[in-house]
Amino acid sequence: MEIQFAGFGGQGIILAGYLLGKAIAVYEGKSASMTQSYGPEARGGACSSGVVVSRNPEELVDYPRVTRPDILVVMSQEAFSTYLPRLKPEGTLLYDADLVNPESIPEGVTAYPVPATRLAETEIGKRIVANVVMLGALVVLTRVVSPEALREAVRTTVKPDYVELNLKALEVGMAYAQNLLQPQEV
Amino acid sequence: MSNAVLTGTHFMLGDHACAEGAIAAGCRFFAGYPITPATEIAERMARRLPQLGGVYIQMEDELASMAAILGASCGGMKTMTATSGPGLSLMLENIGLGIMLEIPCVVVNVQRGAPSTGLPTLVGQGDVMQARWGSHGDYEIIALAPSSVQEMFDFTVLAFNLAERYRTPVILLADEAVGHLTERVVIPPPEEIELWERPRPTVPPEEYLPYATDESLIPPMALAGEGYFVHMTGLTHDERGYPIINGEAHERLVRRLLEKIRKHAPEIIRYEEVLMDDAEVAVVSYGITARSALRAVREARRQGIRAGLLRLITVWPFPEDQIRELSRQVELFVVAEINQGQIRREVERAAAGQVPVAGVHKLGGTLITPDEILEALWVRKP
Amino acid sequence: MGTQTVTPQAVQHPYTRYLRTDRLPHIWCPGCGIGIAMGAFLAAVDELGIPQEKVAVVSGIGCTGRVAGYVKFDSYHTTHGRPIPFATGLKIARPEMTVVVFSGDGDLVSIGGNHLIHAARRNIDLTVICVNNFNYGMTGGQMGPTTPHRARTTTTPYGNLEFPFNLPYLVAAAGAVYVARWTVLHVFHLRESIKEALQRRGFSFIEVVSPCPVGFGRPNKIGEGLEEMRFYREHALIQNGLHPKDAALSFRDRIVVGKFVDEARPSFLQVLEDHFRNASRDPSHREG
Repeated sequence: MEIQFAGFGGQGIILAGYLLGKAIAVYEGKSASMTQSYGPEARGGACSSGVVVSRNPEELVDYPRVTRPDILVVMSQEAFSTYLPRLKPEGTLLYDADLVNPESIPEGVTAYPVPATRLAETEIGKRIVANVVMLGALVVLTRVVSPEALREAVRTTVKPDYVELNLKALEVGMAYAQNLLQPQEV
Repeated sequence: MSNAVLTGTHFMLGDHACAEGAIAAGCRFFAGYPITPATEIAERMARRLPQLGGVYIQMEDELASMAAILGASCGGMKTMTATSGPGLSLMLENIGLGIMLEIPCVVVNVQRGAPSTGLPTLVGQGDVMQARWGSHGDYEIIALAPSSVQEMFDFTVLAFNLAERYRTPVILLADEAVGHLTERVVIPPPEEIELWERPRPTVPPEEYLPYATDESLIPPMALAGEGYFVHMTGLTHDERGYPIINGEAHERLVRRLLEKIRKHAPEIIRYEEVLMDDAEVAVVSYGITARSALRAVREARRQGIRAGLLRLITVWPFPEDQIRELSRQVELFVVAEINQGQIRREVERAAAGQVPVAGVHKLGGTLITPDEILEALWVRKP
Repeated sequence: MGTQTVTPQAVQHPYTRYLRTDRLPHIWCPGCGIGIAMGAFLAAVDELGIPQEKVAVVSGIGCTGRVAGYVKFDSYHTTHGRPIPFATGLKIARPEMTVVVFSGDGDLVSIGGNHLIHAARRNIDLTVICVNNFNYGMTGGQMGPTTPHRARTTTTPYGNLEFPFNLPYLVAAAGAVYVARWTVLHVFHLRESIKEALQRRGFSFIEVVSPCPVGFGRPNKIGEGLEEMRFYREHALIQNGLHPKDAALSFRDRIVVGKFVDEARPSFLQVLEDHFRNASRDPSHREG
C-alpha cells in the first residue's frame, strides 16, 4: 500500500506523511516507511511525502519509495498534474477542492474533493491545519488507519500547545468526509 | 541524564536514529561540519548532547572535525562525527592518524551521488572503496552498512562497540536513502543495550608501555590526565610510543595494526543470509539496495528461480570466506549496488573465477529497483 | 642533617623531570632556538606549580612539532596543521587539564591557518606557542607563510615574491585574548609571558622568533645561531601594548616584541558551562 501526499512547501505535506506513517507504524504496529522530497526553497516550492506500508507487518517495507500510489492526496494544481499519472488505475484521489481544478480524472479512480484549506479557515480559524483536516478526511474515506491511531500520532508529535487544535482539525476532516459518503449510503 | 536513552517505539528519521544510537552508546562529544545529507545528525546532536552534559562543537571544516574527535577520545570520551563523501575526503587524513594511534571513534558517511559535489540531496553508494582505501598506506578498516532506520540506531551502537573494543576508527557507511527515511525504531531500555569499552591499563604508569600488547594485539589505552604521560605520534613508533624510523620497526607496527583487525575478523564480520540454503543464485547487496534485492529474491522464488540474498552488514572487513564458501554452492553471483561495481570486484576476487559474477549498478541519484535486480537474475550467464 | 656529598649522577637539571630523557639527544640543529622555547615553557609550568599529569602538549609536524616527543606530559604528535583542532577536542574532554599547542609557523599558520583563526574566534581555552623560524626547517628550508618578502629559501631562490603574515595582528583580529611575541633571546620575558598565557581563560598565543641557521640564517646571510641572537639583541624593540597592526616584523630591520593583547572575554568553556545550564532545562527531544 502506497500513499502519496503532494503540494507546496508550507502546507504541512511532510507532517501529514509523518503523522500517517507514525500512526500506522507505531500505533497499529504495522511496518511503514515514510520519505519526503522538496526543492531547495524553504517555502513555496514543490513538496511531497510518501508512506509505504508493508504487506506483511513482520517484514520491513522492501522498497521504501512510492512508485505507484494507491492513494494520492494533492493540495496544489502542480501536484495534481505531476502525480495523477502515477496513481494506480483503481486508486483513490483526494484533492483540495479550492486549490485543484481536477480536469480529466481517469475512469476507475475514486476522487473526493475535500476543501481542506477552507475548512481549516472557517471551522478552526487556522489555515495551517489544512493538512490535518485532509488527514481526517483520508481516514474516513480510505480506512488506511484507525482514527485513534492517528489521534495518538497527533498527541505525541505536535507541540503540546497545538494538540487540541490539531485534534479538532482531524474531527473537522472526518465529519466532512462522513457527509461526503452519506448520500451514497442512503 | 534520565533521557539519554529514549527507550520506546518511535517513528524516526534515519539520521536522527543514528544520533540516538550514538547517545545510547555513550557518545558525549560530536564535532562536525554541516553537509547534506548528514546535517540532520549534527542538528540532533546539537540539540540532544547539551541536555546530557555532552558537547556538540561545530568545527571550521571536516579536517578539524576529525582531529577534534580524536583529541576528545584521547581524553576518554566516546566521540563521533558525521559527513558525506566530500567531507570524508577531508577526514581521511586524520582517519589515518586514528588508525596509527589506535584511537576509538565513529565516523558516519551518509553517502550521496558523487564524485565531487555530485548530487548532494540524492542517494549514492560510491564511497565504499574510499572507506576502504581512502587514507594513505596499508591499513584495515571496519565499515558497517545500515539498511533501515532501526539499523541506523543499532549499527551506530555496534560501531561504537567495535571502535572501543578494537581501538580503531569505525565508519558507518550509510546512504542518503536510509538517512532520510523515516521508520519505526525500537529503542531498548539502557540495561539491554550492551556496551563495550576500550581496554585500559591495569599496571601503574612506570610499568606501562602504551603500545605493548598481548595475543589480542589490542594495546590497553591510557587516557590524558591520568599520570601515564602518554606519548602518541603518527610516525612509526615502538611499544613506548616513541618514533622509530626503520623498516623493521615499521613492519612490526603496521603488521600488528593489520593483524589486529584480521585476527578478529571472524568476530567482526557480520552478514545476513535470506533463502540461501538451497540457492543457485546469490544476490549480494548492502545498505538501501539490499531492500530491493530482498524483494527481487522473493519475487524470483515465486517465478521459480532459486535465489537467495547475502546482505553485507560489515562491508569491511569483507566476508570473503563466505563468498568463497558460496562459490561451491551457487551458479551465479549478482551484486547490486549504487556504484559501478566496487563490491562486485571484491566478490569477483573472492569467487576467483569459480562462479560468474554479474552486477546491477547505477551511478547514483536513484535507487535500484527490485525489477532491475530481478531482470539480472533471469540472465543466468552474464 | 649533616653535610651532603653530591655525586655527579645526582646533579640533574631542575626540569629533567619534565623530559623524556630516554628520547635524548634531540634532533634540533646546533644554534636552533626551539630548545630554548621549550625550556621556557617547562620553567613556566614548573614555576606555576601545575601538576605534571595535568598538562598536555599537542604538536603538529615540523621541527617544533617534535616538542611533543620530548616533553614528559601527555603529549600528542598529530598531523600537519591539525594540532589545534586535536587539542580542542582534548581540552573539551579534559577541561581540568592545561592544554598547550606547541608547533611551528608553517604548521600553525599555513596548513593549519584556518584552524588557528577559528580557534581564536571561538576563544577555546588553549595556549598556542608558535615558534617562528621563517621557513620550513625540517624539509630543508622552504618558503612559508612567515618568510619575509625577498628572503631566500630553497623554493624562493630569487627571493620571496610574497609577503608574510603579521601573526599577532592576525590572531588578535581573530579574537585571541592574549597575544605576545618574544625572541628566544628574551628568555625571561618569554617564560613570564607563557606563565601569563597559561593562566588566562580563552585562546592565548605567543609567537617565539627563533633562529634557524641552516634553513634561514645561512641563505640570508644572517649567519649561525649566535649571530642570529646577536641580531635580535641589536634589533629587538620591546613595545608592550603596541597595536598588533604595527607589530609587523621586518626582514633586516627591527623586531618588535612585547605583549600586545591581554584582555578578558568569555572563553569557549565558560560559555559552555552556561550553555549546559540552559540546555538541561530544555526537555525537547520530539522527533519529526
